[in-house]
Amino acid sequence: MSGYSVTEPSKRQKWIAGVLVITYALVTLMPLLWVIATGFKSPADSIAYPPKVVFHPSLEGYVNLFTTQTRITPDMKATLTPPQTWYERIVRNKGMMIAGPSRYGQRFLNSIIIGFGSTFFSVFLGTLAAYAFSRFRVPIKDDLLFFILSTRMMPPVAVAIPIFLMYRQLGLSDTHLGMILLYTAVNLSLSVWLLKGFIDEIPQEYEEAALIDGYTRFQAFYKVVLPQAATGIASTAIFCLIFAWNEYAFAVLLTSGTAQTAPPFIPTIIGVGGQDWPAVAAGATIFLLPVMIFTIMLRKHLLRGITFGAVRK
Amino acid sequence: MAEVTLKNIFKSFGSQVALSDVSMTVPDSSFVVLLGPTGAGKTTTLRLVSGLDKPDSGTILFDGVDIVAQSPAQRNVAMVFQQYSLYPHLSVRENLAFPLKSPILRTPAEEITRKVEAVAETLQISRKLDNKATELSGGEMQRVSIGRALVRSPRVYLMDEPLSSLDAKLRSDLRIELKRIQASLGATMLYVTHDQTEAMTMATHVGVLDLGKLVQFGTPREIYEDPVSIYAASRLGAPKINILPADLFPGAPAGAASIGLRPEHIRTGKGREAQVIRVEYLGDQTRLHLKLDNQNLVTLAEAHTRIQPGSCLKIAPQSPLYFGPDGERIKS
Repeated sequence: MSGYSVTEPSKRQKWIAGVLVITYALVTLMPLLWVIATGFKSPADSIAYPPKVVFHPSLEGYVNLFTTQTRITPDMKATLTPPQTWYERIVRNKGMMIAGPSRYGQRFLNSIIIGFGSTFFSVFLGTLAAYAFSRFRVPIKDDLLFFILSTRMMPPVAVAIPIFLMYRQLGLSDTHLGMILLYTAVNLSLSVWLLKGFIDEIPQEYEEAALIDGYTRFQAFYKVVLPQAATGIASTAIFCLIFAWNEYAFAVLLTSGTAQTAPPFIPTIIGVGGQDWPAVAAGATIFLLPVMIFTIMLRKHLLRGITFGAVRK
Repeated sequence: MAEVTLKNIFKSFGSQVALSDVSMTVPDSSFVVLLGPTGAGKTTTLRLVSGLDKPDSGTILFDGVDIVAQSPAQRNVAMVFQQYSLYPHLSVRENLAFPLKSPILRTPAEEITRKVEAVAETLQISRKLDNKATELSGGEMQRVSIGRALVRSPRVYLMDEPLSSLDAKLRSDLRIELKRIQASLGATMLYVTHDQTEAMTMATHVGVLDLGKLVQFGTPREIYEDPVSIYAASRLGAPKINILPADLFPGAPAGAASIGLRPEHIRTGKGREAQVIRVEYLGDQTRLHLKLDNQNLVTLAEAHTRIQPGSCLKIAPQSPLYFGPDGERIKS
């Protein structure tokens, strides 16, 4: 495909377009940059007014995020050994000492398990279902597909109360399995519909050739269809992960300890004398990383996938 | 290799009848060409023999054994698709090796290398072996697709217009090569084409299909010299057979509506006078386009004829074929 305009834009037009794009990018990136910057501010700088654009970077927010601390009382002071590490020094400087690790690491791990786990199941089940809908004569196919889509016609939180009660009965509240099942169920309609579109675009002739070449239907699916659906699978996986990763409402409602994910945990980080904004910002910054890395890893597929398989060579 | 028998095959797609009561026997080691226009049922026949589609009724036998219930893999057939269908995520080498690596063959690695390279040599694609399948020209893709069938030794080769997208030179090379391979392997081949040269040069038998019915099955010579209908007669021969009203020349049997004259079956020098409209010089032969009582016809003259457009020529039929009003042959 070679789609270019007949007249090459002039230098001036390119310049104006460049300025517009950069301005727009800065506006949309502002909140993100603000969060990242706040993570490196001291608590005082973070709430300064007018806001400080130039500040002394500090890792205090990150240290506070990962540790729990207690105030050093005068009689404790005598028994204390001098601080050994850079983070102990930061804490000591404000008259505190490290009591132990915070629960952020564990909440973060929960997010990873639940986010990636549900993404895996959504894409795995979605691919199989989409293949079946795309290739086989399924009874009442159109009704089934409509039913699957209809599960997304209202916000998932609308069914929060029944799910809350159901989960309490089944013992799924505050478990990893429960959250994985829930996010998989919510994502499945998206993944079935997206992947069906991608698989529809793959000509059947490839599978027929594989059947003739001596392979079974499943082997043809595995060896011929899957590699060609990689683009669709990658972009579907990103959409599923982003939903599961950022989900807040169900996480607040259904998890409190063992299986609590990072989104409901981050706002609960309380510092000394008020909200510890640098620690919250640090938590949010680290929370962004996995999705960013995942997206960058799959971006080659995503760029092609975002056209939803409309363009084929 | 196997003998393939189709018995009373019916196949419809929705309300569209694709094949209607087709029976034929493809003898072991024969090269059978199916001829007919688009929609005649040629590709459907191949798909039924391959196992990709199941007949609505009727049986298909390989060496006398009913295989209708078997999967394509169990039937052990190789097929060249009209749309190439190369695996786009694999290289040419991997495409050619794909059938050899299948669970039913499980060919050892060194044998795969040997067979793939031999086939690539035959099809003149050795230099492209490590290209991605999508980086080939149409003709190269077509050759890889033929190669993917030839690396195997299946019971039957099925080919759906395999030479259609090649240039003329390569097509005539591969025509000879395919025929040579088929003859040396003693392979049973079922081959679909529009191209009558392919049918004439390669086939041991030709099946003429029309609207899902097998109208004639025989050697190319039988079809050419002894066609059962105008339709069958028109499938073979270039220039095409001249179909003219039966009363244009004397001697038509009772009930004949048309007379069929192959270009070489028009004798010049006596008979009725026709006007020369156009002279086509082709090097090895010259074609004359004639007009007789407002009927156009084509005949052949020797290569260096001095006949000019506008001149007149006396013509008479020689061993004509007569057809009834329904297009069926009337044997005199």
